[in-house]
Amino acid sequence: MALITCKDAAFAYEGKVVVEGLNFEVAEGDYLCIVGENGSGKTTLMKGLLGLMRPKSGKIEMGDGLKPTHIGYLPQQTSAQKNFPASVYEVVISGRLNSRGAMPFYSRQDRHVALENIEKLGITPIRKKSFRELSGGQQQRVLLARALCATEKVLLLDEPVSGLDPIVTAELYQTIQTLHKDGLTIIMISHDVRSGVEHANQMLHLQNRQVFFGTAEEYVQTEAGRHFLQGGESGWK
Amino acid sequence: MEVIFDMLSFTFMQRAIIVGVLVSLCAALLGVSLVLKRYAMIGTGLSHVGFAATVIAGVVITIDLSPLPGWLAGPLGGVFEFIDSMPLLLPLAVTVGAAFLLLRLNESSKINGDSAVALISTSGIAIGVIVMGVTTGITLHICNILFGSIFAMTRADMYWSIALSIVVIILFVLFYKQLFAVTYDESFAKATGTKVEIYKSMLALLTAITVVLGMRMMGALLIASLTLFPALSAMRLCKRFLSVVIVAAVIGVTCFFVGMVFSFALDLPPGATVVGINLIVFLLFSCIAFIKRGGRA
Repeated sequence: MALITCKDAAFAYEGKVVVEGLNFEVAEGDYLCIVGENGSGKTTLMKGLLGLMRPKSGKIEMGDGLKPTHIGYLPQQTSAQKNFPASVYEVVISGRLNSRGAMPFYSRQDRHVALENIEKLGITPIRKKSFRELSGGQQQRVLLARALCATEKVLLLDEPVSGLDPIVTAELYQTIQTLHKDGLTIIMISHDVRSGVEHANQMLHLQNRQVFFGTAEEYVQTEAGRHFLQGGESGWK
Repeated sequence: MEVIFDMLSFTFMQRAIIVGVLVSLCAALLGVSLVLKRYAMIGTGLSHVGFAATVIAGVVITIDLSPLPGWLAGPLGGVFEFIDSMPLLLPLAVTVGAAFLLLRLNESSKINGDSAVALISTSGIAIGVIVMGVTTGITLHICNILFGSIFAMTRADMYWSIALSIVVIILFVLFYKQLFAVTYDESFAKATGTKVEIYKSMLALLTAITVVLGMRMMGALLIASLTLFPALSAMRLCKRFLSVVIVAAVIGVTCFFVGMVFSFALDLPPGATVVGINLIVFLLFSCIAFIKRGGRA
């Protein structure tokens, strides 16, 4: 059974449909890249996957005992966070927030998992540093470690490389690739179609409806894929 | 040293110090989240609502009920007497109500957050002043309400303050990790299944309680500063959230105590003196941070 199955789902804000006709599956071990222009419904679909929004029609089903709250989520950073006085460790362990329901304080297990994920992402040397003193790439690694603390199966990444320079971007894609090889299912929202096609095995193209869903190899053969890949972000209808 | 013993020999001073230390501690703890979440103005808005409610609570007893029919005047008089006997009750209820209203306005995108606060706080001041205007001949001192007075504390006030401060502190400690997560990253907290709205409401509720408790001593115009200064000062130097919280708490309590000593020794207005000490600490910390950065802005 697939981890996530979207059956003819549509999402609407205040009665206005943002994205519709969503029919796709995410199986365990997939690396799905969701592409589309600004306002095409990517963020809305993401909220649906995280259980923050209900579909207006159709449904999203989770299999294998997966719950929306057990998806590790890497949100886009807000400007307020960039100056937040918190250590790397404090940020990472906050991923364990709901591991024990509403119980106060973190358990020994929580601290152990946090340190493990810090190690996994190679940020052990900076774990005591303040988040606001880190470079953009380091900050994304910290937030990725936090996301890992919240999940064992699925990572949802919202524009993980936006604002990073090319070298750091490549390193981060490498890290995500490693996590995928270790068995995590990855769902990534991205502007960057080229890297998407290169790294992901499944593609989902949105244009306020589902334009394409299938493997990356198939996607580059389609008109939509070719056009998008040539950088014609706004031209394709 | 002698000044401190001198000061503590007065009962009203003992009360003022006990209440003030507890309120400063609560305000400093909550202030860290308020400042970081860009809710800093909520304290100001709520204190102005508290001003209106305090004025109303102070004058209800003087309202002449004789033109009203007896069946109405009797119970109404009873209610007014009750309000008068428990001067914290009405401000507490009204301010907590305003806190929830403020959050609602904040969420609905029709009125901006900062406009909502400005709206509520100026309305509070206006209503308070109108009520003062229509009820002439009362002994309410507007200066005391606006700028605070250490003589305002009754024994009952003190017990209320102790009980509520303890509630605030316990809730803060128990829900520390949730408050951190909601302050740091609301969307992530939501995605992992945290009921973000509950914690935001809790923050507003606890702030409302703290503001009302501290208002009589610090004054309606000055109480909000107790939530702002300690957090802002601590953030100049601290890099971790936990250390910001602890340092803010220490700064809040210390500045209050030092301010009271100066106020007593030099006969200065207490609320304003406490804020003055907070300002000095903030400037000092800012200077140290500036020097530590090697003079870069």
